[in-house]
Amino acid sequence: MPSLKDLKNRIESVKSTRKITKAMQMVAAAKLRRAQDAAEASRPYTERFNAVMAGLAASVGGSPSAPKLLSGTGSDQVQLLIVMTAERGLCGGFNGNIAKLAKSHAQKLVAAGKTVKILTVGKKGRDAMKRDFGSHFIGHVDLTEFKRVGYANAQGIAKDVLGRFDAEEFDVATIFFARFENVVTQHPTAQQIIPAKFDQADDAEATLYDYEPSEEEILADLLPRGVATAIFSALLENAASEQGARMSAMDNATRNAGEMIDKLTIQYNRSRQAVITNELIEIISGAEAL
Amino acid sequence: MANLQFDLVSPERRLASVEASAVEIPGADGEMTAMEGHAPTITTLRPGILTVQHSGGQDQYVVSGGFAEITASSVSVLAEQALPKSEVTQEIYNQMIADVKAAYDNAKNVFKNEPGPVDDAAKLLADMVAVGTHIGLDSGN
Repeated sequence: MPSLKDLKNRIESVKSTRKITKAMQMVAAAKLRRAQDAAEASRPYTERFNAVMAGLAASVGGSPSAPKLLSGTGSDQVQLLIVMTAERGLCGGFNGNIAKLAKSHAQKLVAAGKTVKILTVGKKGRDAMKRDFGSHFIGHVDLTEFKRVGYANAQGIAKDVLGRFDAEEFDVATIFFARFENVVTQHPTAQQIIPAKFDQADDAEATLYDYEPSEEEILADLLPRGVATAIFSALLENAASEQGARMSAMDNATRNAGEMIDKLTIQYNRSRQAVITNELIEIISGAEAL
Repeated sequence: MANLQFDLVSPERRLASVEASAVEIPGADGEMTAMEGHAPTITTLRPGILTVQHSGGQDQYVVSGGFAEITASSVSVLAEQALPKSEVTQEIYNQMIADVKAAYDNAKNVFKNEPGPVDDAAKLLADMVAVGTHIGLDSGN
């Protein structure tokens, strides 16, 4: 049985924990709004981009001279996994879920005899992947200094990845991130970015476009941008998901702390009552003995 | 006057969405002006100034590259980086120049025996410098 003083201290400490989690939840909520706005602002660009690319890919994709970024290297032996997670923890299962998906993917590929290379974005993912796949590690992108991810960050990552592709370091690249659905649901997702895949829109742009310069040149110009765009939208989705996950995790923590305080307060009051009763008994029996 | 729907989007935000009467685009193969009924065209952009004529006057934007999709009734410009002309300060412009210069130097080092990419990067730099002259900023050259 803890003493009265111990109980009082514990209640105080849980109370300050609750204050912290509450504050974190509110910060996450504010950041979530901003992250969601950013994700929404990028959507028109991504949609138009993919629509145009799908049209171009459909008309050029079949030809043998199609760029490697679109048609692939003809092999899938060396696989690059780009694992994108948050820089910080305390956001529920967010980082863990992405890492889990990436790990199971990597295990499957290794079992199938493929060479797996791993590039991480975000500190948490690096720690998780290093533990199990340390030897497959080829690089890490640190975004700790950036409060808000910008297109320039995505371009930097894309440049790194494209450089490795040109140097024939890998055949297929897949990015792992969490797609934001709502505050409580974020789906860990794997998306192949090299060779590029586009959803063939069925309304397949019946319009016939003139291309200036030629289709091939435009495609060669746009494909590297497509990689950057895919990475950028993944970064934004991730940012929104992270804040959403943190918000619900902190909401849970705040609620748990509240329950804990109630329980401890009841225990504290009971012990206090017991102490008083004890004292009374001592006084009464003392008086009776006289 | 016949109008067309003009959209200018960059990856980070939608900059403009207006009814325009004419849009002047800095295409990779030369300037072109799109008006209503233009043949459907997709073109890449070079760094330059995009001018939009609409009922309220005209707007100018500095774009660094990307592409434009023109149809008979709309123009969508997907720019890699775009800013209203009035927001481009010397500082931002210096940064743009520095980026292009770095790309040019890089191309010179990487593609020693292939003139293609180096020429492309040089053209990009020249275009960027021309933009500066246009809007009255110092390119430092």
